[in-house]
Parts: sequence; structure tokens; C-alpha cells
Amino acid sequence: MKILVLVKNVPEAAEADLEVDSKSGTLETGDLVYSINEWDNYALEEAVRLKESRGGEVTVLTLGDEEAEDVLRRGLAMGADRAVHLLDEAFEGSDPRTVAKAVARAVQGQGFDLILAGVQSSDLAQAQTGVLLAQELDLPFATLAVGLEIREGRAEVTRELEANTLERVELPLPALVTIQSGINQPRYVSIMGIRKVRRMTVDLRDCRALGLTEEEVGPGCSFVQERRLLQPPAGQGATMLEGSLPEACRTLAGIIKDRGGL
Amino acid sequence: MSRKVLVVAEHRAGALAESTLEAAGAGLGLGGEVTAALLAADPAGLEGPLLGRVPRLEKIIHPGLAEYNPEAFLEPLSRLIQDLSPGLVLMAHTSQGMDLAPALAGRLGLPLATGCTRVEEKEGAFLVGRPVYGGKLTEELKLGPHPTVVLTLQTGAFAPPPEGPVETRVRETVPEALSPRHLRRFVERLAAARDEVDITAADILVSVGRGIGSAENIERAQALADRLGATLACSRPVADAGWLPKSRQVGTSGQSVRPKVYLALGISGAFQHLAGIGGAQTVIAVNKDPKAPIFQEADYGLVADLFQVLDQLAEAF
Repeated sequence: MKILVLVKNVPEAAEADLEVDSKSGTLETGDLVYSINEWDNYALEEAVRLKESRGGEVTVLTLGDEEAEDVLRRGLAMGADRAVHLLDEAFEGSDPRTVAKAVARAVQGQGFDLILAGVQSSDLAQAQTGVLLAQELDLPFATLAVGLEIREGRAEVTRELEANTLERVELPLPALVTIQSGINQPRYVSIMGIRKVRRMTVDLRDCRALGLTEEEVGPGCSFVQERRLLQPPAGQGATMLEGSLPEACRTLAGIIKDRGGL
Repeated sequence: MSRKVLVVAEHRAGALAESTLEAAGAGLGLGGEVTAALLAADPAGLEGPLLGRVPRLEKIIHPGLAEYNPEAFLEPLSRLIQDLSPGLVLMAHTSQGMDLAPALAGRLGLPLATGCTRVEEKEGAFLVGRPVYGGKLTEELKLGPHPTVVLTLQTGAFAPPPEGPVETRVRETVPEALSPRHLRRFVERLAAARDEVDITAADILVSVGRGIGSAENIERAQALADRLGATLACSRPVADAGWLPKSRQVGTSGQSVRPKVYLALGISGAFQHLAGIGGAQTVIAVNKDPKAPIFQEADYGLVADLFQVLDQLAEAF
């Protein structure tokens, strides 16, 4: 079975102090650490497990700047066999539609049985690229997979719905599935593991190699006319407990007793 | 706004989703003429909440629409959009909207913004706000001008319209066939596994997030919960990591809770989590990051290391 996994290099935001340049409305990325998008890591683990249990081959693909090669190396260290990097300055600022179009050009006719992508990325959380790629390639798809089985040429997908509910759907292969966090426990990737794959080649493709002109990609092709990031206004919301920690905790205990009816 | 708004309804197990009413509320709030599209096998019981709230209801009835399936929905919806030419197509940012909206926008070549919490119209374009970077920042986008823009809305971000003031004109269509293609097949709906603890019944919830750091540390939070007679719950990253069962997860994909006190320890406050604690009477948040979005929603906040707070609180009880 030939499996393709889409991955993205994103800044780690959960523990980071995010600063926005108020003039440009863009993120100050200088101090941020980049890594594989959390959802993509689950997708990659799922692909490698399928390969280990059924045989076949896993290709990991990203569209991103030169640093994005790190997530491809990580994918190879995790067990992927090939890596494809769509790399062109003209891609910068492309919206999900354009990303899907470029990826479609790269994978069309390559005979992938299954394409996996993260449900969304932890940075902009658009949750669009996977489904848009399925549309580009005219493949059946299912989003939000928390379970995936391959049986007799079909993907059996368990989708996460709302309020602790799930549904099971079936797709004939080839198909595209977007993977929800928590579907598996991704394996640990060591620095040694990444070093071991340093000689593996990464297949680089620019716009021209994909048969796209520079006018067909980038922010100019987006329906988005303006985009800016905002920091939520400080000093709104909660009453903040001040003072020493023991004092604040005594106040906190008082509130819990009072409001909780203890 | 003089333009039309199409709201794509969502229903499951014979009940209309509250998020559909929220989308209708958002459309009416923009001054749009709202049409709700209800695709179903049997609309009985589903249309009730929409009647009196939206001026128009388009029912599309077919046995193949009993359960949501993008392949079945796309064709009739595309036709409806062509007929109606709405300026805006709204759906909830749910398991249906996240599945359907990109497919619809991709197929018809329409602009799409997902997970919006704010929408306004400006010079023929739409200005939307959406939480990004786990809710730590807001992205503001200007989409269009374009004849039709598609948006998905975060659940809990918009209020449903009041009941009753409008007379709803209803039209029913029964298409002969839905789609030439039947690849994706709905098999069954399942309830996620439950454990013996019901977090929705608790008066006090001690809830832990990514900040708890490891499975081993769960015990320390459990010890505090035991002292308080509280129940231990968690946010998504804790359930994803397998540190607590999924049945303890608070949020839109987990469970919505309404305790007297919700004590959030090391929970940053992604929108999907906050939407699950709207019914809590008092929310107290402890986080070492003063910018954590949960402080925007909490009643009381404490910027501190949660492990020190666990120790100190244990002494206070």
C-alpha cells in the first residue's frame, strides 16, 4: 500500500510567549521553536503503523520554506521511506486552496492508495487543506478520524462527532482521511534517529516542476484581501488574585468553599 | 445588509443542533434575509426550532439524507446556492461543517473562513475574527468582495435568535437523485466509551490541562479533588495523551459541564474547551502564562505554578 502523509512545520505555541508586531499584524517568529504540527504527527504515526502491519511505502510531503525540511527528516526518522519538499519563495503566503492545488500537482498519478493529513494545524487551525486536496484529486474523504482500519480495499474510519459521539464511515481506496489528535500515541523520535536519515534524499519541487507559474500561487491568488493577527486585550475577564502564593491560595480556597457550597 | 444568508442545518438522531440556531442568529444579526437549508430523510421534529426564527426554510427531503454524508449533501446544496445566490453561506464549525464547508467551497470555488467567532460586513466584503494558535491570538481576515462567501462558526460564539417573531415560509423539494457518486458510506453512530465517573453530574470539577505535564502528576490533582469531594476532569491534550480517559474530557467533542465551581489547572483555554464550560457558575483558572486565553473567560484567575497551588490548596482544606 502506498501512503502519502502531509506535514507542516509550525511554531510551538502551547508553551510559548507569542508576540505580534502591531504594525504589520504578523507574529514575531524570532524566538519561536518550530516543529511538526501536532495533528500531522498523529497522521504520520498512523501511516507508519499501517506500513508496519501491512507492508508498503510511506511518503511524507510538505510545502514550506527551507527550515521545513526538518519535519521531513523527522518523518523519515519515524519510518517514512521518501520525502517530497515543495519549496519555492513564490509559495509564501499561499492559502489552503493554493497549497492543495500545488500538492495535487505533485501527487497526481503517483498511485497513492491512502492520503493522510492532520485535521488542522496548530497555528492557523483552518482545517481546509486536506479536504480541498480530496476535491482537487476527486477522492472520497473523511475528516476527524479517531480510528482507521484498512480492510479489503476500504478505509473504515471512525469520526469524532460532538458530545462524546462517534460515527463509522467507509471509503473505497484510494481515499483521503484527516487525522484527529489522540488517535494513537506517536513514537518518540530521537536526535540519533534523525541523524541516521541524514543521507536520505529529499525530492525538491518548485513551481515550475509542478507546472505552475508564480502568478498561480502565493497570496495574490487568495480570496483573503487583508490578514492580521491581534493579541487579545489585556486586563479583561477574570479578577486576578494578587499577593503571595499562600495568601492567594487561601483566598482561592475561600472562593471554592463559598461557591462550591462546602 | 440586504443580501441573503443561507444557513446549512445540522441534525443528528432526530434533533436539530443548537449550533444551527446560533448560525441563524449570526445571519440575522448581520441583517441578512436568512434561509435555513434542512437536508433530511424525515424533517418531522427537526424543523420546529427553526419555525418562527428564520424567514425561510428550504426542506430537501430524500432517504439518502438520513445521516450526514458530504457526497449526498453537496449536489442539492450546490443547486440551492445557485438558485438563491446568497451573499453568505453559514454552517457550524462542527464535525459536519468541518467536513462539508471545504468540500463545498472547493467544489464551487468560493472563499472560505473557518472557526469564526466574529463576523461583520464591510464595504461588500466580510471581516471575520477567528481564534488561532490555540486561542492565544485572534486572526482577522477580510474576505471578498465575492458574490458568495462561506463561513463556519465556532459553537457557542453566537446567540440563537429569539423564538416566534417571524413567519417562516417553507418550501419542500424532493430530488429524484442526490449524487451520481456513492463512495463514502455511513455505517453507524456510536457512543464513546464511558467510565463510571460522570463529569456532568459534579458540583465541583478539578480539571487539568497540558500543564499537568505527565501521567504521574494526575495523582496529585486527584488527591486535591478527593479532599474537595470534587470530580477530576481534563482538557483535550490530557485525554489525547491517554493520561485520563476520554470520558473525562470537557469541551465540544467531549462533554459540556455545568458545575458550581470549575477549577482549571494548567488549561490554556482553546475555544473548543471554553465552549464546554459556558454553563459553569464560577470558573477559576490557574496558569503560569498570564496571557493564557482562559483568563479572558474565568471569573477568578491566578498566575502561578499549578504544582505549588496544588500543595497550598491541599493545606487549606
